[in-house]
Parts: sequence; structure tokens; C-alpha cells
Amino acid sequence: MHKINKLLIGITFSPNLKANIFEAVRIANMFNASLVGVHVGEKNDKKISKLDALLKEADTLKKDFNVIWQEGKPVDVILQTCTNQNIDLLILGAVQKENLLKHYIGSIARKITRKAPCSVLLLIKPSVKRVKCKHIVVNGLEDEKTSKTIRTAVLVSNALNCKKLTIVEEIKQEELHVIVSDDKSLRRANINKERIKTREDLRIKNILKDIDCTNLTIKTQSIFGKRGYSIGHYAKVKRADLLVMNAPSKLGILDRIFPHDLEYILSELPTDVLIVK
Amino acid sequence: MKKKSTFKIFVSEIPNNLFAGFVVSLIALPLALGLALASGAPPISGVIAAIVGGTVVSLIGGSNVTITGPGNGLVVVILAAITTLGNGDMHQGFLYTLAAIVISGVLLIILGFLRMGSLGDFFPSSAIQGMLAAIGIGIFAKQIHVMFGNTAAKGSIIELLIKIPEGFINFITTTNSSMFYAGLVGFVSLLIMIFYSKIRNRYFQLIPAPMWIVVLSVGLYYYFDLFSTASYPIDKALLINLPDDILSNFAFPDFGKVYEISFLNAVIGITLIASIESLLSIKAVDKLDPLKRRSNINKDIKALGLATVISGFLGGLNVVTVIARSSVNVNNKGSNKSANFFHAAFLLAFILLFATELRKIPLPALAAILVFTGYKLASPENLVKVFRVGREQLIIFLITLLITISTSLITGILTGIFVTFIAHIIINKNARLFFKNALKPNVLMFKEDGKYYVSVQNFSSFLNYTKLKSKLNQIPEKEEVIVDFSLCDFVDHSVMENMNNYAQTFARKGGHFEVIGLDDSKSVSEHPFALRKLLHIKANSFQNVLTKRQKSIEKISTEMHWTYNAFSAQEMKELPTFGYFKKREISKVSNVLSNEDCSIFDVQFSEGELIAKQVIKATMLHIHPQKEVPDFTLDKEGLFEYILHFTGYKDINIEKHPDFNQRFYLAGKSEEKIRAFFTDELILFFESNQHYHISATENGILIFGNERLASVKEMKALAYFGMSLQKII
Repeated sequence: MHKINKLLIGITFSPNLKANIFEAVRIANMFNASLVGVHVGEKNDKKISKLDALLKEADTLKKDFNVIWQEGKPVDVILQTCTNQNIDLLILGAVQKENLLKHYIGSIARKITRKAPCSVLLLIKPSVKRVKCKHIVVNGLEDEKTSKTIRTAVLVSNALNCKKLTIVEEIKQEELHVIVSDDKSLRRANINKERIKTREDLRIKNILKDIDCTNLTIKTQSIFGKRGYSIGHYAKVKRADLLVMNAPSKLGILDRIFPHDLEYILSELPTDVLIVK
Repeated sequence: MKKKSTFKIFVSEIPNNLFAGFVVSLIALPLALGLALASGAPPISGVIAAIVGGTVVSLIGGSNVTITGPGNGLVVVILAAITTLGNGDMHQGFLYTLAAIVISGVLLIILGFLRMGSLGDFFPSSAIQGMLAAIGIGIFAKQIHVMFGNTAAKGSIIELLIKIPEGFINFITTTNSSMFYAGLVGFVSLLIMIFYSKIRNRYFQLIPAPMWIVVLSVGLYYYFDLFSTASYPIDKALLINLPDDILSNFAFPDFGKVYEISFLNAVIGITLIASIESLLSIKAVDKLDPLKRRSNINKDIKALGLATVISGFLGGLNVVTVIARSSVNVNNKGSNKSANFFHAAFLLAFILLFATELRKIPLPALAAILVFTGYKLASPENLVKVFRVGREQLIIFLITLLITISTSLITGILTGIFVTFIAHIIINKNARLFFKNALKPNVLMFKEDGKYYVSVQNFSSFLNYTKLKSKLNQIPEKEEVIVDFSLCDFVDHSVMENMNNYAQTFARKGGHFEVIGLDDSKSVSEHPFALRKLLHIKANSFQNVLTKRQKSIEKISTEMHWTYNAFSAQEMKELPTFGYFKKREISKVSNVLSNEDCSIFDVQFSEGELIAKQVIKATMLHIHPQKEVPDFTLDKEGLFEYILHFTGYKDINIEKHPDFNQRFYLAGKSEEKIRAFFTDELILFFESNQHYHISATENGILIFGNERLASVKEMKALAYFGMSLQKII
């Protein structure tokens, strides 16, 4: 994702609509991209006029905006539109902690996230007024996608005028190869930790070598813990405004029963999340 | 090189350990005999367990100063196993039980390999307390009758308890002189146990109380034998029975009942108690270790398992780590594994050399030792202690205790776990919190600025304590740790108790362990280990109980001659005038620590509204300067981005200080005034001290580090920073 040209936003006529639209327009302007809205449901005048009113109230768009009205299953329609329209980024408004009543919306958003062909931005707190993005956390997993994800994170930081970027290297506990049980193994574990940390930092440095990040303060933080979980908790503790993650490789039914990586984040969004594909 | 030196140390410590092992063996001998008798097993089986345990665990175990042998906790389980498996035939029951012991040893080895040795961590601490008290009552109820010379008393624990007054009257009025004298020996032995610690005579204290009992009762026999004309009044049936040829008469386990449910029950019970008792003891002994070593629990459990298997095949009881004997070991300067080995060697020597003398010990004398142990386990003091922690802990404790006494150990502990869980749900009025999050990971640990920061979310109780524990165990005890519970809705008593244990261990080894994020929580009692529930209410009306952090702050406030108010309802009028709080709503200021011009406080504020609302708690320092200060903000370059509020102001460069300019971001309204304000001295001060975010207005200076609550240590640093800054200005 070197440049974001086309954004897609799902439109539901819920109380969140205004905030969602405002946020989408703002993001589109930041990336200088055009915006596509898709509504799953019938098209009627009431809806059109409501949408128009909101658009007038929001910032003026730099590029064009068009709405697609289509009936069908929400997941299928949105996924289809992503492919048909060559969308670069899909924006979904999520509910921060889905309680049982709102789970329906949440499960659709999850399904789309899992299957989307493009990058997905999950907003937990779309707001009418602009909230400045101050801190972005991005994963630095040892994965072929990571380089691209970090690149995107830098691109987004620049677009959002965010100055602070933390790259979190989540390291599996098993990689230590030492199980702490007494003083000796503890010492060995800590030496191993330092070594792995240096290795990981070097790996990230290599990725950053050919990325221009002059306007950014970049910090690396290594965490030993459960993959996918730790970064979410970290983002929450550090009150990051955006969490950038790799898209999962492939998720089967087992992955949902035994959640890992992205599923942890999806089950409890710590903040806004951008999943880079 | 290093190897040689450790070997040299080992050799140089041998005399000390030899002595410690000797003293321990003096206690271990009567205890081993007594515990075996109380379990309904032949007395020699206890000694076999101690000898095998001492040898095997000292050779391959993972702990340093522990002593192993037959344990108190097992008395009740083994007695139950022997009675149920034997159907009245105690000898046959013992052979079946030996098979159960062997299999439980195998289970322990497996648990050790699976690194599940710490079974005890899954049990709430009040339930374990209740179970131990029940074991104590069990031992007490049975042995008090033996102590009065009546070995025939039978029945359930409750029946035996009811029979105690009757037994006492029987003892006084009996015409059977053998029974009366035996009871008298028992009674005197009990007095020795009780008053031993009160007699502060160096020579008297050289021999431990149980050994005094043995020595005196054997002495009594020889008095009658050699000097008195009367014959020894105590019947042979009331004396200890050891096989004639100790080395050849081993009982061999009978595996005939392996497929029966009652056998399985016995195996589970024995394994469970062995694991819990050993673990509790190992942990407790680690706290006593003068060299502050950390035991390898799983390695120790494996060794205990192997020792149990061998002991079982030789006709011995199972082997656990025992706290009382281990503390005696430490007190007598035992410093490495060899003490345990020597203890076993001395026991072997005793049993081979003094078998004839040992046969003269009356059973009531040994029973008295056990009555005392049982009383200690179930003493009313424990009840008071538990009650202080909270009413709900007392309920858990009592239910576990009663169920254990009236049914079996396994039912008891399972009920205890269940009751604890229900109590947690009732206290929180929320079951979903537990069901939704019990299996999810909830602990984050990372190292930042040389400190370990551990954050726990959702809830933290005995259900998921292992997750927190496995993280904390990876931190060397010399480091500084901050455990933050502010994302936790509920923290239970077991976790609070364990946190306190960690704090002690870290303090002992030169590190620092601090718990934060509980200051806003409601506690059920004034006890430091009481469970805590986080309140989401803004109100300040309830009377809080100070957390440990608040108490430490109180302490440093008196050290520094500052005043401290934990629940200040005082509004900080100046705060909202700072740029930082322009877009943040302050909801509460608490833990105010202040002197005339400075105050440090925890402030709770929110960012954003409605669903975007985030509640943040941070510690800040506010200074009222004596002279006027220009508006400015000072930050470490690129670290903080609060400059947003000063948009339009550029980074002000102070001449002749390129280093300062490079490292700090300074902005403000009036450049001239700021330049005049930043004297060389002040710049040097900022350069040489820790970096904080500083913002100043005419109302004072606001200083803070991270946007989170500070640990007490960090608060102190902040206070000194503020005071020095004040001086310079």
C-alpha cells in the first residue's frame, strides 16, 4: 500500500452515522483520496436526504464521493464492492466493547475484516470533531508482511501528522528456549532475552533503513508474551491512537475457537486498528 | 575455576550442615514415628520415608535448605486410605495404601515433567487455609485420645471431637494403671511441647522438644528397669512397635485394588496434598534461605515423586517437603542440600543403633507431639487472621473446614474453590467478567527505561493467577518492578497475598516491587491482603482503606516533612488553567502530598467524550514559584506531543547551549521573557536531571513524567526534582 487512492465506508443509518461520515471524510482528505460509500439496503429519499445533509455539514471533500446502494448480505456486498471498485482501504466503525445486543454489528465487522481483500481500518471512536493522532503502534513481527506494514504505518503517520511511532516486536515465549525455574535458568533466560532483543532491533533497523522517516520519532519495544495479545494490551496501556497490524495469513475455524494473533485484537479492540493487506 | 570454588565452599560448609542435619534428625525421629502411627501405619514406615526422602531429594532435588520426610497433611489422607482400602484389616489396608503411594509418586514425577508442580496455585488461599485447619483438627481429634492412653477410640473426626471430655474423665478415673501412666506421660509430653519455647535456657534448648520427650520417656523406662523395684507400669501394647530385624522386614505394596474407585480416590488425595504441602513448604523455606536462592520447584517435585516411589516400595510413607523441620535446619545454619542428606544418615544410624531403646517409647508421648502440631495447624489464631482479611474469607475458610472434616479432603477443597468463586461473583455482582475472561491472556510485561512494567487487565484472581505468576517469575529479583492493576476490575485475596510475597522477596534481594492502580478500589476490610474491587463511581463518600502505596506515601511524607491527604476532596483550581488540561476534564484529585509551595498528587481525568472517553490517571507535581514565571512548555525533544496547545510557537533556541537546544523542545508565548528566565544554572539543571514534561503559567509549574500513576519511588524522585527546581528559581 504505497498510496491510498480509494476509500470505502459502509453506511448504516445508526446513531454513529454522523461520526463515521465525518471521520471518513477527514481521512479521505488526509490521504487525498476519493471516497466510496456503500449502503446495504434499499435506496429511498429519506436516506438520501439525510446523507446529503450530513455531507454538507462535514468538511468539503477534496476528491469525489459516490454512494453505492445495493441489497443483499452485508458481508458479501461489502467484500464484492471492495474488489469491484479497487478499494485500497475499507473503513469500519466498530463498537468498543460489544455487549450482547450489539454483537451482530460486531460479528459482521469481524467477518469482513477476516476476508477483506484490502486493508481495513477499524474505528472504535469515530468522532465528529477531530481528535489528533499522537501515537501510533505498529507490529514488528518476524513476518514477510511486516516490512510493508511498517512502511504503511510511516505513510499513515505522515498523513495524520503523527510524530510518534512505536514498533512493537512481540516475541513468543517459546523462542527463549529456556524455562525459568531457578536462579541459573533465570540468568540464562535474561541473557537470551537480551540477545533476541538485539537481534529483533537489528531486524527492524534493516527494515527502517530504506524508509524515509525524518519527521518521526521511532521507538522499538520488545515484548515477550502471547503474540497478537501483547500488542493490543500495550496499545491500551500506552493509550496509542492507532494500532497497525499485519493481515492474518489464513484463518480457519480452529483459529476462532483457539484465538490468536489478530483474533485477540478483534475480540476486544484496544484502540483504532489498521490491518494492512 | 568457578566450579572448584563452589566445591570448596561446599566442603567448608560441611561441618555446619552436619550439625544442622543432626539437630533435624533429633526432631525427625519422633515426628516420623508419630506421624506414621497417626496415619495408622507401622511406625517404621515414617522413618523409611524420612531416610529415603532425605537421601533422594538431597541428591537430585532442586531446593537448597529444605528437609523432606513424612508430612503432617498426609496423616488424614493416609489414615482414610488405610481404613477404607483395608475394610477393617489395617495391615492389608496399609499394603494397598503403599501401592497408592507408589502411584502417587509416579503422578508427582509426571506433574514435575509437565511443570505442573505448582498445583497449589490454582487453589484460593483461604480454601487451602481451611483445608490445613481441617487436617489439624483431624490429627488433634484422633491423637488426643491416644495421648490419654486410649488407642481404641474410633469414629469420624466429629465423633472423636465430641468424645474428648469423656476421654479425659476416663483417663482420670481409670483403674487401669498402664493406661493412667501412659496418659500421664502423654500429658507431661504435651506440657513440654507447650512450654519448651518459653524456657529460655541455652542448654535446655540444645535438644529440641520432641527429642526431650523421647529422651525422658526412654529414661523413665530405664529408671524402672534399673533403679526402681516396681516394674514398668505401661503395658507393651502402649509402647512403640518396631520390627525385630529392621533391615530385612520391608512391607511390599499390594497392587490388587488398582482398578477400584476408592483406590483412585486415595491416589488423588495423596498426590494433591503432597503437592500442596511440598509447594507451600518450599515457598516458605525459600523465604528463610540466608543465601536467598530460588528453588527449582518442578525439579524438587520430580525428586519428591521418585523418593515417594522408592519409599513406597520399601514400605515407607510418601515423601514431602516439611516446613517445621526445614526451619529448624535453617536456624541451625544448614546451608545446602547436604544437611538433608545428613539428617537421613543420622536417622538411619539411630534406627539401627538404638532400636531397643526406641521400642521403649510410649505411644502417648508421640501422640502429644502430634496433638501439639494439630493444634498449631488449626489454632484459633488462624481463624482470627482469616477474619481480619474479610468476612467472605472467613466464610470460605469455615465452609472448606467443615466440609473437609465431615466428608473427605478432596470434596472439601473442591467445595472451597467453588465457594470462593461464588463469593467473587456475588461481590462483583457480575459473573460475565469471570466467564468471559477466565481463559484469555490478561498480563502484559515489558521493560522500559530499565524498569519492568506489568499491567493486568480484566480481573486477577486464583483462577488466572498462574498467568501473572509466570511473568513475574521471569524478573530477576534485583530489578525494579511496577505492577499496575488499574485496568483490573477485581483483584482477589490470593493474588494480593502473593503480591505481598513478591514484594518481600524483591526487598530481600535488593530489588523493588510495587503495586499501583488500587488506590481507587474498594476494600472489604482494613487488612493489606483484602480483596479489592475497582469502583467506577466518581464519588468520594465511602471511607477507603489505605492501600500499601498510600501507606508508603504517607511514610515518605513524614520523612520529608510534607503533609499528606489520601482522600482530599480539594479542587485544584489552578489545574484547569494549564494548557494540558484545556481539553481534558479533571474528575478527581487524590493522594495529595504537599508542603508550602509544592504538591504532588494523582489526578484522574478523561479525554474525549462518550464512547471515545478514556479515563486516565497520572501523577503530577505542581509548584507555586515565589517569583513570576513566564508561560512555557519544556519537553524532551520529540518525546511528548502536547505542543499542540501552543501551535504557532516555535522551538526557542537558547544561545550558547546547543546541547540543550538539541535535547529539549521549549516553546512559549513571550520569547524574550523565556530567554531571560532560562539562566545557565537552570539549563544545567535540566540537562543533568531526569527529563519530565514541564509546563508553566502564571499559576505555577506543572511537572510530570509518564501519563500514568507513579510508583512511590518515582514520586520521591519527582519531589526532589521539584524541590531542587524550586531552589534554582
